[in-house]
Formats: sequence, C-alpha cells, structure tokens
Amino acid sequence: MKTEPNNNLRQFQQVLEIIEKNNHDKTHLITILQQVQDAYRYLPPQVLTYIATMLKMPVAEVYGVATFYAHFSLEAKGKYVIKVCDGTACHVKGSSKLLDTLYSKLKLSEKKHTTDDMMFTLEAVSCLGACGLAPVMVVNDKIYGEVNAKRCGEIVDNIINAELGEG
Amino acid sequence: METKGNVNIDGIIVPIDNEKNLLELIRKADIELPTFCYHSHLSIYGACRLCVSDIEGMGIQATCSIQPRDGMIVRTNTSEVRQIRKINLELILANHKIDCPSCSRSSNCKLQDLARRLGVTKVRFKQTNSHLPIDDCSNSIIHDPNKCILCGDCVRACKEIQSVGAIDFVNRGSQTIVGPAFNKSLRDVECVYCGQCVSVCPVGALVPKPETEEVWDAIHNPEKYVVAQIAPAVRVALGESFGIEAGVITTGQIVTSLKRMGFNKVYDTSFTADLTVLEEASEFISRKLKGELLPQFTSCCPGWVKFAEQYYPELLPNLSTCKSPQQMFGSVAREILPKMLGIKPENLVIVSIMPCTAKKFEAKREEFIHNGLADVDHVLSTEGLARMIQETGIQFNKLKPESFDLPLGFKTGAGVIFGNTGGVSEAVLRYAYEKITGETLIDTDIKIVRGMEGIRDVNIKLGDLNIKLAIVHTLSNARKLCDKIVAGEANYDLIEVMACPGGCIAGGGQPVSFDTDFRMKRMQGLYNTDKQLELHKSQDNPYIKELYKTTLGEIGSPKAHELLHTHYHGRKRITDQVINIRNTVHPKIEIYVCLGTNCYIRGAHELMKQLTQYVTENKLEDIIGFEGQEDMVDVKGTFCFERCEKGPVLRVNEHILEHATFEKAKALLYKEIQRIGLLVNK
Amino acid sequence: MKTITKATLELIREHYNKSIKSVHKRIIVCAGTGCIANGSMLVYEALEKAIKATGMELFVELELDVHDDKKKVHLNGSGCQGFCAQGPLVNILPEETMYVKVKPEDALEIIERSILKDEVIERLLYVNPVTGERSRGQLDIPFYKLQNRLVLGECGHVDPENIREYIAHNGYFAAEKVFNHMTDVDVCDTLVDSGLRGRGGGGFSTGKKWHLTRVEKSDKKYVICNGDEGDPGAFMDRSLMEGNPHRVIEGIMIAARAINANEGYVYVRLEYPLAVKRMRKAIEDAMDAGILGENIFGSGKSMHISVMEGAGAFVCGEETALMASIEGKRGMPMPKPPFPAQKGLFGKPTVINNVETLAAVPLIIRNGASWFNQYGTSTSKGTKTFALTGHVANTGLIEVPFGTTLREIVYNIGGGVTDNDGKVTGDGFKAVQIGGPSGGCLTETDIDLPLDYDNLIAKGAMVGSGGLVVMNTQTCMVQIARFFMNFTQNESCGKCVPCREGTKQMLSLLDEIIEGNGTIETIELLQEVGKCVKKASLCGLGKTAPSPVLSTIEKFNDEYLQHVLKKRCATNNCKSLRNVTIDIEKCIGCTSCARKCPVGAISGEKKQPHVINSDLCTKCGVCNSVCKFNAILGF
Repeated sequence: MKTEPNNNLRQFQQVLEIIEKNNHDKTHLITILQQVQDAYRYLPPQVLTYIATMLKMPVAEVYGVATFYAHFSLEAKGKYVIKVCDGTACHVKGSSKLLDTLYSKLKLSEKKHTTDDMMFTLEAVSCLGACGLAPVMVVNDKIYGEVNAKRCGEIVDNIINAELGEG
Repeated sequence: METKGNVNIDGIIVPIDNEKNLLELIRKADIELPTFCYHSHLSIYGACRLCVSDIEGMGIQATCSIQPRDGMIVRTNTSEVRQIRKINLELILANHKIDCPSCSRSSNCKLQDLARRLGVTKVRFKQTNSHLPIDDCSNSIIHDPNKCILCGDCVRACKEIQSVGAIDFVNRGSQTIVGPAFNKSLRDVECVYCGQCVSVCPVGALVPKPETEEVWDAIHNPEKYVVAQIAPAVRVALGESFGIEAGVITTGQIVTSLKRMGFNKVYDTSFTADLTVLEEASEFISRKLKGELLPQFTSCCPGWVKFAEQYYPELLPNLSTCKSPQQMFGSVAREILPKMLGIKPENLVIVSIMPCTAKKFEAKREEFIHNGLADVDHVLSTEGLARMIQETGIQFNKLKPESFDLPLGFKTGAGVIFGNTGGVSEAVLRYAYEKITGETLIDTDIKIVRGMEGIRDVNIKLGDLNIKLAIVHTLSNARKLCDKIVAGEANYDLIEVMACPGGCIAGGGQPVSFDTDFRMKRMQGLYNTDKQLELHKSQDNPYIKELYKTTLGEIGSPKAHELLHTHYHGRKRITDQVINIRNTVHPKIEIYVCLGTNCYIRGAHELMKQLTQYVTENKLEDIIGFEGQEDMVDVKGTFCFERCEKGPVLRVNEHILEHATFEKAKALLYKEIQRIGLLVNK
Repeated sequence: MKTITKATLELIREHYNKSIKSVHKRIIVCAGTGCIANGSMLVYEALEKAIKATGMELFVELELDVHDDKKKVHLNGSGCQGFCAQGPLVNILPEETMYVKVKPEDALEIIERSILKDEVIERLLYVNPVTGERSRGQLDIPFYKLQNRLVLGECGHVDPENIREYIAHNGYFAAEKVFNHMTDVDVCDTLVDSGLRGRGGGGFSTGKKWHLTRVEKSDKKYVICNGDEGDPGAFMDRSLMEGNPHRVIEGIMIAARAINANEGYVYVRLEYPLAVKRMRKAIEDAMDAGILGENIFGSGKSMHISVMEGAGAFVCGEETALMASIEGKRGMPMPKPPFPAQKGLFGKPTVINNVETLAAVPLIIRNGASWFNQYGTSTSKGTKTFALTGHVANTGLIEVPFGTTLREIVYNIGGGVTDNDGKVTGDGFKAVQIGGPSGGCLTETDIDLPLDYDNLIAKGAMVGSGGLVVMNTQTCMVQIARFFMNFTQNESCGKCVPCREGTKQMLSLLDEIIEGNGTIETIELLQEVGKCVKKASLCGLGKTAPSPVLSTIEKFNDEYLQHVLKKRCATNNCKSLRNVTIDIEKCIGCTSCARKCPVGAISGEKKQPHVINSDLCTKCGVCNSVCKFNAILGF
C-alpha cells in the first residue's frame, strides 16, 4: 500500500502557515488551535508540542488550553460529526431520545464518540441557538430541525447509502 | 507621610500601610485566615474561597482579592462566613484521597490542620475523588493527583517563580487535574525538579521522592560503609520538623542523630563548597585575565543547570565547568576515602542530605556515574531525613551536639553561606580579592551581594580589576537575564544563579513551612553560622590545602579537572514527540529532522520540506528488492537531538548529521540506500 | 486612506431609497439559522429560478442607476425574523404579505400569483391555531402585533450582508454624530439618561460602566462585544449578529468613542458560524466603505474591530474569562476587583457589553435618551428580547417593553401553552424558567408580574440573557433543576471550590432524589450547599448556578417532598420512581411484553392478564412500546 502522497506534509505546511499568519503570537493560541484542528480534524499531541515550541510557551500550557475548550479534540474525529443539541428547548422536546437512538444505531456511548470505521462522531452539545426548531441536530455544518427518532435514523442511513454509492 | 486610612477588623482598628490586600491587613490584626491558594510571592488566584469575610456594603468577599480601603468594616467570623468555610472544606475533603495516616505530609498538612481548626468532623457528601495513577517515575518528585485540591499554587510557582510551566491545569470543571502535558510523567518533561511546587503544596499531592528505604538498606548491610554529607541549608531547617523555629542552627544534633542511626561517618558538603570556591574562582579569574568567554555562570544549582540545558544551550559554554559541591564531594570521597578508611571502593555508600529535590536528579545524571558506580548513591531531602529520625524515635531536641568527621567535615564560613542567594558570590569574592590584590581581606562580610531582590547588579573593584556581577535567584529572573545576554543587551563577568527564591534554604526538599518569614529566618541562620565559625575564607581551609597537596596538585590541575569538573549539553524538554510527515507503514529508511527551537532558527523547516519533496519526487521508495511494495523512505519531525549548538540536526536511520544542509543530507541518504540496496533505474 | 463623510452617507441613503422605489416587488426570504434549517435557502433558489422563468429582471443587489421600465424584482435573504416555528418565512413588499412554512414547490405559484398579479395565496398565510383565522401581514399576526421590535427592528427587513441597505435605514448616522458632534462625556451621559442596563446578565447601567472606563487614563483601551451567548435556550444575540451585524458594529463604534478606545473585539460563540461569517463580512464592508479604520468620518480617530471565535466554553460569557480567552488562555475567571474598566483585556481598561446592549445604543443616540426611556418600568428602561421556547405554541424571538407580564407573553404573543403533543391546552401552564441556568422559575402566581430586572431578582430569578422556557404540567421540576445543574456543573471552569465541587455535589444530591434515594436531609443539604455556592463562588456562573435548584425547591417544595417521602414523581419523568404495572382490564395476555422484557420481569399465562415483578423491572419501557392495547401503566 502506498501512502497518500504528501498529505501529512501538506497538513504540516498548513500548521507552519497558520503560525506565520498569526505572527507567532501566543495570544492567538485559540485561533491557531482552531485552524490547526480544521487542517487535521483534531489536535495531534506532537503538533501541539510543535505549536508550543514555535510560540515559545510551555507545552503544558498549550495542552491546558486545548483540554479546556469543548471544541478541541485530541482524538481523531469521524468524517461526519453529528451534534445533537442538548440545550433547554431541545431537552424539553426530547433530545435525549435522539441521542439514545443514535447511540444504539451507531454502537456508540457517552464514552465512545467515534465509530471504528472513523465515519461518524456523535456528540451531545450545548445550545446551538436554533431553539425554535427543537430538537435540533447538526451533521457537519448542516442543521436539521424538529428531528424525531425516526428521522435521525433516516438521516444517518442516507449518509451511509451515499457513502456506499461513492465507494 | 500621608495616612492611608484604617480598616475596622472585628472591632479592631487597623491602619493601612502598603498591604497588597485585605488578607494581609487582617494578618496585622493577628488573625490568620484560612487559605490554600494565597501566597505572598505568587499572583492572586482567589479560588479556595476560604479567606472569605463579610465586608459591610460588599457582602461576602474573598479577602485575598480585595484592596483595603479607609473606613471598611470587616467581620471575619460571622456565622455565615463560618458556614461557608466549613462547607468549602467539606467539599474539598469529599474530593480528596484521605489516607492521612500513611501520607508523608500528615501533621504538616494544611487541609488536615484546617479541618481540625474549623471543626469539620463529618463529611456529608459523597466521596468523589478519582483513582488516577500516581506519578513516581522521576527521581525527584512524586505527584499524586488524587490528593490534589486544585489550589493551583504549584502551577503558579512553576510558571511565575521559575518560568518553566512544566505543569498546568488539564481539562475543565470537575474533571480538572494538574499535571504535565499529555499526562506524561514529570520524568519526561521540562520539569527542572526544583521542587518549588512541593514547597507550596498545602497537601501531599506533590512530595519529594523518598530514598529512605534504600538508605536504611545500606545502613543495615554489614558490608557497606555508609557516609553522609550534609548541605549547608539543611542545618537551619531540619529543626522545623521537630517544632524548632526556622533558622535555628541544629548542625550538631543532625550529626548526632546520623551517627546514632548508624552512619559510619558524617561529613559536610560545605567542605567541597570551599573546594568549589577555589576551582570556580580560579576558572573565573583565568577567563577574565585571558579574555575568554564571559560571563561565567555558576553551576552548583542542578535546577539551573537543567534549565540552561533546555532553554539556553548557547550559553552552556558560559557555565562554570565545576561540578556542584555535592558531586565534588562524591568524587573526592570515592577518590580518597577507600584508601584512608581501608574499605573496598564498592562498599562505600555515599548519602547526601540536601535541601533540594533537583539534587536527587543530579546524582543520577550519567555524567556522574562511572562504571556503574555513582559519585553519590542516595540523596535524602531534609524532610526525608527528619522522617527517618522520627521513625527511630530519637529525641532530636534532647540530643547533645557532636562534630563532623575529618577531614571532609571541616569547612569555613564561605562554604556555609553557599545555601543563601549571593552566598556563592560572596565566597568567591572573599577568595578572588586576596588572589587578585595580594592583600588580606579583613572584613569578610560583603553585604552588597546579600539580599532578597531577584536580580542584583553589583560592580566591585578588585585591585585594578572591575568586576561586574549579577546575583539572580528564581529561574524566571534567570530567564530575564539570559534573554538580555543572548540579545547582547547586558554584559557581566560573573553571574550567580540559584533556582529557588532565597537560595537553597528555600529548596524543595526542605520541610514545608507555613511561617511567612521562613526564608529570612533560615537565611539569617546561615549568616550566623558563618559568624560563629573560626575561618571565613575557603582558601584558609587547612584540609583543602592538604587535599591539593596530597591528591589534586594545583588548583585547576589535570587531576582536579578529572575529579572536579564536567560539561553539560543541550537537553530536550519533552520525550517521544514525533510528527509524521509521510506516514509510511514499514519504512526501511527513516529520516528524522529536528524541529526544536534552535534547529528551527537554523532553517530546519526548509530542509525538511526539501527532503520530503525530494523523496517523493524521485521515487526513492523504489529500492531494488523492495520496488513497488510500499514507501521505503519515511520523513518525520522530532524535537531535539540534544545537540542544539550544532543545528540543524537530522538523523538518517542511526546516522546523525550535524550542521545539516540539503546536499549533505542527500549524500547521507544515498549512502544509506546503497547499504540497503540500489534504487530501481538509478 | 479612505474616509467617509456624513454627506456621503446621505447620498448612499438617498440613492438606495430611490432604487428601492424603482423596484416593482421585493421578496425577502428569512435566512436566519432557524429558517435555513427548515430549508429557506432551497426556497430562495426556487424563487430565483421562478423569477427568471417569468422573464422578469432579478436583482439580488440593488444597483444605484436603474432607469428602465422593465418589471424588476428584488430578492434577498434577511436575518432572523423571530417566528422560527413557522419558517421558512417569505415576505412580499410593498404589500407586506407574509407567507409561512413555504416550500420550494410553492415558488412558482408565489411568483405567478403574488408578484405578477398581486394575489394573495391563502394557504400560505399564518393560521391562528386558536381562532383558525388567517393573517396576511406580520402586524396582523398576534405574535408580532403585541411586540415592540426596536432592537430587533431591522432584523428580518434588511439584507444583513448589504451595508448600503443598513445606511439606507439611517445606519451609521449615529456613529457619525458621536464622532463629530459629541464629546465622550456627552455620549456616556446620554446612555446614563437613557437608563439602558446591560442585557447580558447583571443589569448594570451601561452609561455608568462607560463613564468608569472613560475616566481611566491609558494609552490603549478596548471595547469587547460579548457574543458568547451560552444560555441554552437563548438566541437573540445570534439573531442580531446574523440579522443586523452593522447595528452591532455601530454600537461598538459608539462605545469606543465614549471611552476613547480604538480597538474592539467581537467574541462569538463557535456554535454560531453564520454569525461569525456575517460579522466578519460586515466589518470588512465597513472598512471598505471607510466607516471603520483610520480617521473615522474625518474625526481623526481610528477604530479597528476583529472577530474572535470561541472554542466551546459557557464560562467565557463571564467577562474576565472571556478576556482570558481572547488572550489565548484557559477561560478561567479572575477575581474582581480589579474590574475590566480598570484592568481588562491585556491589562488595559476595557468595556465589555453584550450584543443586545450594543445593538440598542445606535437607536438611543439616533432618537435620544427620552425616546428610549419612555419604554419600560421605572427601574428598567426600554425593551428586552426574549427567546420564547418550550411548551408554547409560538416559539421564537420576541421583543417587548420591560413591564410586560408573563400572561401577555405566554398567552397573547406565545399563543398559549401546549401539551407534549404540541396541542394548545387551556390549563397546561406550570412554570417558566427565565434567565436560563442562572435564573429561576416563575409560577402561576407570578403570571401578572410586570417583568423587569428588580421584580425578577426579588422572585429568585433573573432577566439573564433572556431565555424564557415555558413548561407545561407534564414537566417534572426536579428534572428541570437537574438539567440546569448538569449544565452548569459541566460548564464550571473548575477554578473555585464552591462551584467546582459544590455543583458536582448538588448534581449528585439531585440524582439521589431522582433515583429514589433522597430524604428530607438531602433537600436540606442541597439548600445548604446551594447557599454556599451562591455566596462564595468566584464568578457569576457559580454565584447563579444554584438558582434553578433553590428556586424550584422554594416554589415546588411539594414536588420535591413527594419525590423523597412518597418516592413518586407525579409527572412520571423520573424513571426510577415509576411504578410500572399492567392494567388487567386491558391486558389480553398476548405475551409479547413478556417475550420482549430484557430482564424477564413479566410473567403470566397465555390469554391471561400478565403481571410485572417490580423488583426485577428496570423501567426500560420496552413492554410499553410493544403493547398494542395500552395496557402498560406508568409511562
């Protein structure tokens, strides 16, 4: 098996560019981490070490920031990130049922967020601010409102079918 | 002077001076409010919420975060305040691993003390403490996160006092813990083992690593001959574990208890401190007169040495080549004691008693281990020795003082003040003055180098020679100075660096003190010792003269160099960090390019980019015998080959290339390809 | 460097209004997050296609010089119009016809009938669920009719991505006024006179806050716009940033002028990507127009604004934590004092205001303090937006003057309380949770209380950011308290003891009650810790975290007592307290429940009523889902 030519190099070059673009400024750490996470889809520890070296700050501090914010993931996420809103409005309208359905459908749990094939990551998130449409779920950047257990299953099935079609 | 007004504290009128906050002012009313997270030498954090009081018009406030203002009326002990403190303590206890009887901080634990003082006899909450692994991998410090109460004192000490930041908060909310990056061990990160985290930890979450069992084993082994060396700062602090005030000198009692415990000989590290003075001062005078590399940094503090290795590899040639007094003691003892005492070299066990956690690390450095035999076998911290004495039941306070053994137990006052910031400088000046001017120094107290200021600039004239001296304590101050020197903004001849605030007297191995004045008291104790001794100048130590005569020859002689000098090298800050650039599964050739700070400055990135492109574009993966199977050449980024001064550095399989260029790297790569097989079509 | 003058602003306004008049019809499609999720962009595309198909000239951006006589249609997206439950919303101007729940299939019909022929498509009009009447325009719909949309005003009417349209609505004239015709003191005084109080939580006087920062001497000052709207159930800041970003920018500019700052940050929650995008674009457009940048309106003063995206931490809504976050650190609050006014971002004097507060500012400058303070009560001036959600017919974003009662909001604007199936019921009201995780609940007895800052505090609740969740009688208040406690304990930064440990223990005590292991002492301890957390926590998050618990214990004490004494949850929401039985009248002994029960708790002979062994039953509900005869009781 040949490796994807230079994908890692490209990602790494992006890290360099991101740091340059932010002027090696440690007050931009959160922005830098966001952009690096966009490039890698998560924050690999070695890259955090590298960022710390470049910004001349302790690795522990970078790690501390990366583990403080819910958005940052130190583990690789799936191709499709499903977020189920657990804000007040969604909760009152039964978002926990959606979560239960998806957990069992994707064989995930509160502890295990990503499927083994790296296809799906499921997260319960705080309010997405679309309370008028509760309960809400988001797949990557697409928002689905007034989702019930049946519909969320269909949404996932559609993705799986589309993937199979492509493959 | 203008009056700053008064505050009414529980009915007592207390005038405001320059108190940083209300908590300090309340102390002036002789009330010690409970607190975990307030330390006068650290920034205000305001997290433990125990120092709360009721301020009229402001309600319940944490006094550590309030500026005293004229006319304030403060009640420190209302029923509401009491209830808040008690519930807070109860909450902390519910999340604390309660194994008090077996905790080394038992009886010197703030949590234990406050729970008793505040009458918290029952915890009504569910016990929620975690069961995280204990980190005991480093040689210096044990970290038990299950006991941590998250006051953040250690985090701030490491960051603010030392500018290291090896530990920080990890995660958020109730998941928060304190620790190094990626949950690594302290062994594998940039921790310099100074132990300032230990000395501010209110509980037993960070403690010095004990070596007491190993020492007992040696004592109880009839074949072994166990000798002790005691560092200067130990004698003014050990008593604190027995209820004696900080700064009271208990040298004699320490010697007696060591003898009673079964040590064969008890010596003084101050002896080799005297030796250090002669070697280091001579090195300095020689550099100064010959116009060689200056400033010369002292190198007796192992925390500072590791710090310099990690952050200022370019300044390592400026470090004095002298070993620290602890290590000089080890090599001298190994050299002369077996013969003198008629014992087999391998049976000599050298135990040092140090105020320091970094000394434990220093003793295990590979530079100081020869043929499997360490110059110093075991390092006990001051508090570790105190616990050993307590175990034996020896009544320390009742002991009759005894004297050190000779010759390695004889010292001058110069060797004792080593434990204070400015001490090494003063001792060196006492020697250098006489050496340079040829005159006798009458008043040996050189007070201009003493004090607690973080960076002290001293200009001193020795004969015709102007000496520009800097005395620095804490590594954050050292960093400030080093940055200036690297940038060419400051010029000095000699720089003394001590990692701990105040010097070794406040080291991480000392008993943890809650006395707000403990540093000053211990410091004064050492100056008093100097006064009480007969001799004050290292060069006057007769046994040192004898040692040169019999063993070392001249100061700075080849023999002296063999035994008393060493060299340090660049050091990585974190282990096992490799960035996959190509992600090859089973490579035959691996190219590692260092991406550390120093190599980055010297263009490592460009090199890595060129190499990766070159490997891909020229299909170097197709090596005869392996063609078309998988990628054969992998490129990875890594951090530090510990050869910072020779960067950029890269490695092709096991061959390291210093001062690497693309052409040189290519040549090396081809050599390696030839070794494995030939390229297809090449 | 480009600068713009008042004359230029006026010119833009005039041209724009002229070109608007030359347009035959305007179609505004709501492009707020709610409507987008409901497919409004598909509707937009379908309309675009339909217009082209009819051969009319379509403009998505109005040109300044249009002079021919061809029928022109202007189609644009707007920000959130507030009535999310009825989305996608499509407005036709100048008639102001509003169509609700529009689908792409409706596009052609809309063009053919409403654009070409001025007809109204009845079936797309809003139907009042109570009266069954159809309403044609926004203002005929009770949801809108009873509101005072001042701050939200242009939201949903202007194209948020078109700066000229904002200027045409008198935008940036207030900024020009403060930069060229008012002193810093004047600006602050006007704000004090207006009575505007912070809309994000504390309710501190905005004018006073500005004065405090204004008097600080410093070479550098900052204005921060707090768009880290974290309250789960509030989305007014999002709607403002998405729907009228230029108003927010103008507010920031005025604040900067008032305190003499020249740099600003907009801190936006990560969960709001559209708000981030629109704010960024608006800032760029304002820079390009010469409104932001150097020498603003020729005043010699400069102003630069950057947008910073949060990274997912509710605590960053707290101002000191937010500043730590902008500085690239963990978002942990710092003790106050020093206040941001003295030592804020990067140690410099800083004003932090929330989005809604800043969005009100240009209106106050434009219309005067006395115009603003005619609305509201004696202590709370102006209007407040509320995110009306939960068991209410008309969920969405509303704006009412302070002093409006809950009854007006829930029944008149909200259209009444719904049951769990979404049907409006007359007597379903149980409580509202107001102010989110920092707030408390109001009950039937408070239904006629005029809502303002002080009345709510007196009732143990708070305005907070304005989340207003309606709960019906089928809601368990212990569960609601637990929901909010779970939220705050998850979002606690972990710095101070009371909040970190206290909220964790409170959650665990609530769980004891819900699991059926609670006693009277559990409730007492809950209150005792709650008071300690409230009094002793470091920041606002901790100080208000116990409110939902303390407030529900106070107002629904019987419900708590029932949970601990009788081990019963009247609303059947607490699984462990359920008493699952089989109705022997209905059970026909089909055995399907017994076969499906995962723990074998159901037994019985075929064709005989079955029984559940309550010792084994885990109350999972499988039996209920398989029973075709509704014989399982307790769910």
